[in-house]
Amino acid sequence: MKAAGLSLKRRAPRGPGDRLARPVFLSCAVVTAAALVAVVGVLGVETVRFFGTVSPGRFLTEAAWTPFAEEPRFGVLPLLAATAQITVGAAVFAVPAGLMTAVYMEHYAGVRTERVLAGVTTMLAAVPTVILGYVALTFVTPVILRTLWPGTEAFNAMSACLAVGLMILPTVIVFTRSALRSVPRALMEAGLALGAGRGRVVARVLVPAALPGIVAAVFLATARAAGETMIVTLAAGNQTQLAWSPLEGLRTLTAFIAQSSLGDAPSGTVRYGAFFAVSAVLVAVTWGLHATGSFLISRTRAGDAG
Amino acid sequence: MSAVSAPRAEVPALAADDLTVRFGGRTALAGVTLEVPRGRVVSVIGPSGGGKTTLLRAFNRMNELVPGVTTTGTVRFNGVDLHGEEVDPVEVRRRIGMVFQQATLFPRSIFDNVVFGPRAGGHAGELQELAEEVLVAAGLWSEVAEDLDRPAMELSAGQQQRLCIARTLALKPEVLLLDEPTSALDPAATARIESLIHSLRRDHTIVLATHGRRQAARLSDFTAYLAGGELIEYGPTEALFTNPRDRRTESYLTGRIE
Ligand SMILES: Nc1ncnc2c1ncn2[C@@H]1O[C@H](COP(=O)(O)OP(=O)(O)O)[C@@H](O)[C@H]1O
Ligand SMILES: [Mg+2]
Repeated sequence: MKAAGLSLKRRAPRGPGDRLARPVFLSCAVVTAAALVAVVGVLGVETVRFFGTVSPGRFLTEAAWTPFAEEPRFGVLPLLAATAQITVGAAVFAVPAGLMTAVYMEHYAGVRTERVLAGVTTMLAAVPTVILGYVALTFVTPVILRTLWPGTEAFNAMSACLAVGLMILPTVIVFTRSALRSVPRALMEAGLALGAGRGRVVARVLVPAALPGIVAAVFLATARAAGETMIVTLAAGNQTQLAWSPLEGLRTLTAFIAQSSLGDAPSGTVRYGAFFAVSAVLVAVTWGLHATGSFLISRTRAGDAG
Repeated sequence: MSAVSAPRAEVPALAADDLTVRFGGRTALAGVTLEVPRGRVVSVIGPSGGGKTTLLRAFNRMNELVPGVTTTGTVRFNGVDLHGEEVDPVEVRRRIGMVFQQATLFPRSIFDNVVFGPRAGGHAGELQELAEEVLVAAGLWSEVAEDLDRPAMELSAGQQQRLCIARTLALKPEVLLLDEPTSALDPAATARIESLIHSLRRDHTIVLATHGRRQAARLSDFTAYLAGGELIEYGPTEALFTNPRDRRTESYLTGRIE
């Protein structure tokens, strides 16, 4: 280094951009936090008011949701069960398909195939959910499901599961790939050098080693599935019932919220409050899934270091 | 075993003939011709990047796993062309075992690591006995015997490398390819591995890539000096060390080339 380089004095004066950067960035961060507080606050206040009329115990245990009946009943279980059905159903499609696609991309595909698949994944992720819901309603149900099972209802859980599964597929693929990539590549070679086939090394070594990350991927994907609204409203309809068959329609937490927000419940009524209570349940579910996924990911990262 | 026939005494265990390996545009081995006699220890020395690893990997068809690699020339094992049509690379790797420079244990138990190869090969016999036998052979048994279900990653670096050797021995290979097995180890662990290699020479043909000139001198019958992908000199270890024919070999041995 030259002699002049030894001086630690500031050489150029700070411009206004430099001085303003910190407060500008900070205020953006504050707005983000404030928005979250506002959301939680609104949900919280209205939910507490709702529980003044309907006891939390009945809300959480009663098995009927009939807010429009003469004697309305506000048991959230049918909505919760419907959300669980859609989420699990979507995961049943998306997790095996996503896992296998990710393994294929990481350990079998050539450079070109991998690039094409990555492009397809990105494009799939960019398809708006309203399109996926529409495809479920106008193609999956009439063309595929009705051919297999002629009695399929126009609105049914199965088509929604398929479409939501397609929606979360990119999430599963992307996070599973990064979990697989955290396992040293040398392990594949070590396995092959011990006279094992690729499939065996994948199944016995690489996937087990990446498992915490893969489970995290599943949780993050299901958090998205549980919060999905457009697809389930379009494809599964809005019938409050426990769908005993996946070929019948149902109504999820999100579908009810979407319907309520169309504004047929006057502010201050019990039905208005129900909307917030259901929203609070939904947020609790998606946060729970998301937090579990994030926790597992942070733990695998820590595990790498140690 | 089908394509790879039974050894005859005069046929070398391994023979490379005009072997050239390129990774994309980069030549890693340039026309290497050398024979590894059965039951002997051959060390491969030379500066890093000289082609030692590539030569070892050519002996058990590992190079072909690298995208964009091209190999010309021949490699024979017991006289049989390793790239012959009927040769199964999986069978090749079971007969010619390899231990990598970095210990590459699976994040599983010690036992699972040891029996991974035999399980993959559909080993019929008692796995417990096999595990004990190869752990004894690798000089690790007394240290791990009481808890084979411990995660392999908990072992020390030297123990991990011995476990890698045990895992390869469990394949019952005829040839062992050892790629700088002590480069990441402290002197005490190195000494243990060296005495292990010394004991393994009774039943195996060994090719040992090493950075350590003295290690080559201590352990091997023959030494090959590889630099820039070329085989500069190859001969009995003692002759090569005391009386190198090539000036480049001499410079390397006297430490003028790193
Ligand atoms: N997988 C690979 N891809 C590209 N180049 C490689 C690869 N492996 C080795 N090489 C190149 O081949 C040459 C020989 O490397 P290597 O056999 O690893 O030498 P050594 O083991 O003696 O250090 C080096 O120039 C190295 O960069
Ligand atoms: Mg090397």
